[in-house]
Amino acid sequence: MREGDAKRWALPPNRAEEGFEDKKPLYTPAEALAEANRCLYCSGAPCIQACPTGIDVPTFIRKIGTGNLKGAARTILSANLLGQSCAQVCPVEVLCAGSCVYTGWGREPIAIGRLQRYAVENTLASHPAIFQAKPPTGKRIALVGSGPASIAAAGLLALEGHTCLIYERKALPGGLNTLGIAPYKLKGQEALRELEWVLSLGRIEVRTGIEVVETATGPGQVSTTELLASHDAVFLGLGLGADARLGIPGEQGEGVQGATHLIERLKTEPGLTLEGVRRALVIGGGNTALDIAHELALLGVEVAMVYRRSEQEMGGYVHELDAARLDGVRLLENRQPVEILREDGRVVAMRLAFLAEGKPLPGAGETLPTDLVAVAIGQERATQVARAFAGVVLDERGRVKVDPLTHRTGNPKVWSGGDCVNGGKEVVNAVAEAKLAVRDIQRYLAGE
Amino acid sequence: MADLSIDFCGIRSPNPFWLASAPPTNTGDQVMRAFDAGWGGAVWKTLGNPIVNVTSRFGGIDYGNTRLMGLNNVELITDRPLEVNFREMREVKKRFPKHTLVASLMVETKEEWREIIQRSEDAGADLLELNFGCPHGMCERGMGSAVGAEPKVLEEIARWAVAFARVPVIVKLTPNVGDILEPGEAAVRAGVPALSLINTVKSIMGVDLDRMVPLPRVGDASTNGGYCGPAVKPIALHLLSQLARHPQCGKLAISGIGGISNWRDAAEFIALGATSVQVCTAVMHHGFRIVEDMLEGLSDFLDEKGMSSVAELRGRAVPAYREWGELDLSYKLVADINPDTCIGCQLCYVACMDGSHQCIHLPGRTEEQSRQAGHTHLPQHVPERAVTAAAGTPGARVPFVDEEECVGCNLCQLVCPVPGCITMEEVSTGRPPESWNDRIAQGKSYVPGGLEATEAARRRNR
Repeated sequence: MREGDAKRWALPPNRAEEGFEDKKPLYTPAEALAEANRCLYCSGAPCIQACPTGIDVPTFIRKIGTGNLKGAARTILSANLLGQSCAQVCPVEVLCAGSCVYTGWGREPIAIGRLQRYAVENTLASHPAIFQAKPPTGKRIALVGSGPASIAAAGLLALEGHTCLIYERKALPGGLNTLGIAPYKLKGQEALRELEWVLSLGRIEVRTGIEVVETATGPGQVSTTELLASHDAVFLGLGLGADARLGIPGEQGEGVQGATHLIERLKTEPGLTLEGVRRALVIGGGNTALDIAHELALLGVEVAMVYRRSEQEMGGYVHELDAARLDGVRLLENRQPVEILREDGRVVAMRLAFLAEGKPLPGAGETLPTDLVAVAIGQERATQVARAFAGVVLDERGRVKVDPLTHRTGNPKVWSGGDCVNGGKEVVNAVAEAKLAVRDIQRYLAGE
Repeated sequence: MADLSIDFCGIRSPNPFWLASAPPTNTGDQVMRAFDAGWGGAVWKTLGNPIVNVTSRFGGIDYGNTRLMGLNNVELITDRPLEVNFREMREVKKRFPKHTLVASLMVETKEEWREIIQRSEDAGADLLELNFGCPHGMCERGMGSAVGAEPKVLEEIARWAVAFARVPVIVKLTPNVGDILEPGEAAVRAGVPALSLINTVKSIMGVDLDRMVPLPRVGDASTNGGYCGPAVKPIALHLLSQLARHPQCGKLAISGIGGISNWRDAAEFIALGATSVQVCTAVMHHGFRIVEDMLEGLSDFLDEKGMSSVAELRGRAVPAYREWGELDLSYKLVADINPDTCIGCQLCYVACMDGSHQCIHLPGRTEEQSRQAGHTHLPQHVPERAVTAAAGTPGARVPFVDEEECVGCNLCQLVCPVPGCITMEEVSTGRPPESWNDRIAQGKSYVPGGLEATEAARRRNR
C-alpha cells in the first residue's frame, strides 16, 4: 500500500455514509470456518458457472476450511482482481449463492459473498503482496475512466508488465465503486483501499481531474488523438452519464435530485444532512431506485417508491426490495409522475397518475406530500468521449459497440468494457469484460 | 416396554449403560449425579497407588463442523487417596444399592492386588475390572497395556485376582495388540467370567505447528495418549466381534467400550455380543444427561423389533460376521441415482472418477470429451437429465451410472450428501451363491499369496 496516495484520496469526515452499518459484516474466524465447512465442494459447481468471472468458488471455500486463507484469496483474485468489492456488492442471491446446490435441496445456500470478503479482506490486510508483476515491457496503456472496468483492466495489464495511465475527470478515482455503491454494502473508503491495492500491483498511475475530449482547450484536458498517439493501447471504461430526467413540470430546482447524484453526495459530501426532509418519493423500479430508497429509509426518511408498472415487472432484485421493505420502504405500483408541486420554491408534493398495464387511467390519480424527489429512471450514456475516438461506434442505445469475444471497438487500438458497453450491469460484469479485453490487448501487444 | 435390565455374569444392573472408568467417575459425587440421571452402572476411575498428572492432558480432533470426533488423553489413574475413594464408593453403594458399582484396579505386586481387591469389595464393589488397557504413563511402569499386551502376565495377574476375589472379575483389554484373541484366551485360561474392551488406542493427537510440539502439549514436549471417542467405534466393534465369535471368549460376559455416544451405538455393540456398554467420551462432551435418550431410544428400538429384553438383542449380528472367503461372490449391487432428489453437486461423479471405477458419467458430453475426462468404457447412451430437485439448480446435471461397469462399491452413495438419493440396487447375476472358499474347494481359484498358499488352502478345504 502506498500511504501517501491513500491520504491523497481520503474521503472527508462527517459524511452521511459513515452512519450506515454493514448489511453483511466481516465474518469472525469461527463464523467463516463454520460456513466454509458447510460447503459440499461440488464438482463442476453451478456457482462457478454463475459467476461472470468464473471464480472457483468451492476451491476457495475449501481453502478457508483448511486454514489456507492466503490460498483462498489467491484463488479468488486470480479470477477476479476486484474480489474484495465484488464480495460485498455482488448480487450473490441471483448469481453464485442463487445457484448453490443447497437451494435445490431447499436449504440455505452457502454465504459465498461473505466467505469471499473474509478471505480477501483478511489476506490483503496481512499479505497484500500475493501477486508479482512481470518485468516491465515498456508498453503504455491509457485507460479512460477509473471505474471497476478500468481498475480491473489496469491491474491485469500491470501484472503483465505494462505501464498503465488512468485518466479520471473527477477528483476521486474509483467510479461507481467509490461513488455509487449503497453504503451498507461498500463504503467509499473501502473501495479506495481496494483501488490502492490494485495500484500496488505494478506501474499504474492515476491522473485525476483530467478530462479526455475530442479537442483539448486547456489544462486538465487531453485530446483523444494525443492519447492514441502516446499510448500503445486504450481502454475505455467510461461508465454511464448523468441521471435521466423526468421531463415534467416542477422538476427544475431544489428538492429534485438524480438518484446517482444523491447517492454520491451521501457518500462524499461532508456535513450533508437531510434536514427538513421527512418524506421522499423515489421514482423508478430498478436497482438504483431500490438503493437510494433503502438508503433514505435508513437515514430515517419516510420513503415510497413510485413505479409505473407492477411489482412483478420491476427491474430491481427481489431480495433488494425485500430488504428495503424491512427497513420501511413502501412501493407504489402502477403510478406515473405528472407534476412536482412547490410552495415558495420548495417541493411540497407530487401529482401522480394511476396506470393500468402501463397505460394511464383517465382522470385517476393522487397527490402525495413529499419533501424530496429522487429520480432513478436510468442514466444517460457517456457517449461524447467514446464518439471522440476515431472508429469507435455506438449502438442505437448509446452503448459502445465491441466484439463480444475480445471487447475490441471499431478502432483497432481501442478496447472497452463495463457499463458503457453493457448499459449498466454489476461490478463483476465489468471485471469479466475487462478480463476479455486484457486478454485481447495482450495478443495485440504481442503482435499476434 | 422392553426390559432394559441386564444380567452381567450374575450381577444385575438396571440397564446396560455404564460409565467407563475415566474422569466422569472420578468422585462419588459425579457417580451419584450420574445414577440420578439414569445410568445403570459406573466403573470407578482406576484405583491404585495415586499418581500426579500433567497438564495439559486432553487432545481433541475436530472434523469439519464436528467437534471432538476423537479425544485422546494422557491422564493416569486416580490422583486421590485410596481411603477417600473407598469412603465415597461405600456412600454410593449405600444410596444406590441396585446400581452396578465396578471397581477398576491397577497395581503391581501380588500383595497389592490382594489388598486392593479386598478393600474394593469391602467398599461395596459389585464387580472388579482389571485395567490391562491404559496405553500411557502406567504401561511404562509395567502396568496397564503393558500387561494387556503380554498374555502370560495378564493370565497370571488375572488368576491372582480370581483367587482373591469374591465378586466377578472383568479383564479390560487393550486394542494395542496384534491379535485380540491372545489376551482374550489368556483371560479365559485365568478363569475370569467377563471381558471389557476396548481401552484407548495409542495415539498422538496432532502437532502444534507453531511450537513444533506434538499434542496434547505438556510444556515443550508431549507423549502418546489414548485415543477414544466416536472415531474409534469401528475398531472397537471389530475387536468385540472377534471375541464374541470365539468359542471360549464368546461365552464370557462382555462390556463393550469405544465411541459409544447414543442408543444406536449401544444397540450395535450389544448386537455384536456386548451385554453392557461403557460410555466416557460422549459424557465428557455432553454430560450425564445423554443417558435419557439412550434409555428411551434403546427401549423403543427393542419394542419396534419385537424384543422384550436386552438379552434378546445380544449377539444377534454375530453369526453374520464371516471371513472374507465365506462371502458370496455372486451377489451384485449397482448404484442408482434418483434424478428427482439429486441436487447436482456431482460429488458421486468425481469420487467415482478419481476414487473408484469411472462408471459414473456426465450427460451432454461427446465421446471425445468423455475420454479426455478419463473414461475408458463408454455406455451406449447417457441420458440428458437436468436437476429437477425442488427450486432447481441452474446448470446442474444429474450424473448417470453405467450399470455394466458399476462394481457396486458404495463410494458414490457414501459421498452423496442427500440421504436416499443414491441407492444400491440388487441385480441378479444369474449365478448360484458361491464363495471364494467354495471355489478353492473346487480348485477353481487360487489364493493370493502364491502357489504355496494356494496349495495350503486346497489341502485345508479338501
